[in-house]
Amino acid sequence: MKVIEKAQIMDAAAIQRSLTRVSHEIIEKNKGTADLVLIGLRSRGVDIARRLSQRLKEIDGGNVPVGALDITLYRDDLGKGGPQPTVRKTEIPFSIDKKKVILVDDVLYTGRTTRAALDGLMDLGRPRLIQLAVLVDRGHRELPIRADYVGKNVPTSKTEQVQVMLQEEDGVDRVVIMEATEDDR
Amino acid sequence: MAWKRKHLLTIRELEPDEIRLILDTADSMKEIASREIKKVPTLRGKTLINLFYEPSTRTRTSFEIAGKWLSADVVNVSTTVSSVTKGESLIDTGKTLQAMRPDVVVIRHPVPGAPKILADRLEASIINAGDGAHEHPTQALLDLMTIRERLGRLQGLTVAIVGDISHSRVARSGIQAMRKAGMEVRVAGPATLLPRHPEQLGAQVTTDMETAIADADVIMMLRIQSERQGPTLLPSLREYSRLFGLTVERVKRAKEGVLIMHPGPLNRGIEIAPEVADGPYSLILDQVTNGVAIRMALLYLLTGGQAAEG
Repeated sequence: MKVIEKAQIMDAAAIQRSLTRVSHEIIEKNKGTADLVLIGLRSRGVDIARRLSQRLKEIDGGNVPVGALDITLYRDDLGKGGPQPTVRKTEIPFSIDKKKVILVDDVLYTGRTTRAALDGLMDLGRPRLIQLAVLVDRGHRELPIRADYVGKNVPTSKTEQVQVMLQEEDGVDRVVIMEATEDDR
Repeated sequence: MAWKRKHLLTIRELEPDEIRLILDTADSMKEIASREIKKVPTLRGKTLINLFYEPSTRTRTSFEIAGKWLSADVVNVSTTVSSVTKGESLIDTGKTLQAMRPDVVVIRHPVPGAPKILADRLEASIINAGDGAHEHPTQALLDLMTIRERLGRLQGLTVAIVGDISHSRVARSGIQAMRKAGMEVRVAGPATLLPRHPEQLGAQVTTDMETAIADADVIMMLRIQSERQGPTLLPSLREYSRLFGLTVERVKRAKEGVLIMHPGPLNRGIEIAPEVADGPYSLILDQVTNGVAIRMALLYLLTGGQAAEG
């Protein structure tokens, strides 16, 4: 059983452009950047959140702080077989009370990660509202969850995986679809 | 790497990578202590039983808080008020508790090997909270975490452990953990309180305190374990304190910025001067805080997917 790359669906330029467009949408929907905070889900969500914060500053001038949320302890699939995920640190060095929180993740799939993130955020404070920004929405929701801002919609089948690679973590910016195949021997 | 053990019985059986994983996980857990709502749902529905045959303030409270912050159900069994006083054996006590289906049993017992006796018979994960003078693994781990947090590394550091080495499970676990982490260890104490074959510890052994603490990065003081000694090992506490107590003067002659540690409880004025215990280099209370994080990390790792199947 191997996992092979099937297609590249976003290159560096496409990622840039979609993040720029998402930044404009954030400003439009929230009528500016006042009281906004970006919370990235570890770990690529954090890199995307930082890029968004940078663009928001360039477009609107406002400083939107960035925090990192680790949702491992809130997952609904712990202890149910499979390798145990590493717990990383949540670092949100500011209060989220009364703030407009934008959760940022790389891929939206079943929605369970978002559900865990909502639980985690509620334990940390009481935001005024929570919005969700994702780079890729690949469908197949298992919970009633939707994104407010989407970089790209990518229809996928359940046997496929969507892999987001970013300069900060992987040395390159691209989004690919992977598929598990039977070894032909 | 992935955690694969069902029990945490000794430092001796751990690989350096496993120690690193525990420390890294504990670093992440520590953040929960600074939240307003100190609770995560991770161990919801899991049951933790603290089975303590010896008194404890730090360790037991620490395990209880660690379990509760992870949303586990925690039960404390203190044997002085249990059927152990009616003569119930360890194995029967273990089976009785197992019949109530706990997920984790934390045991502190005066006889070495008691945790293994339970591990071989119960379905629950067993954590050794101290078995006689043998091992106290969670203490060693929180000590490493505290040093790493303060100095940014472990490899290459020198630690001096001073006190009743022969009766100390903290020393036994600590020395092994430190050596697995690449640290150099020196131990010092009166000859009557050093083990019979000190070279087997893997540490430099001396009966001169000044030699041990000279330019050590960390000085760890141990309590006189009077409950484990006979009456004849020390001429007097005052002599012990003069020769082996950590005084302000000795700290002045030690390395600049030396870290002072003690597993607790303190005998103020005997093995450690009050001014040193409460002074700016003392990490004694940080050790306690980190104890909760380490125990949370272990509860998370032991109840995880692969471990539970093993």
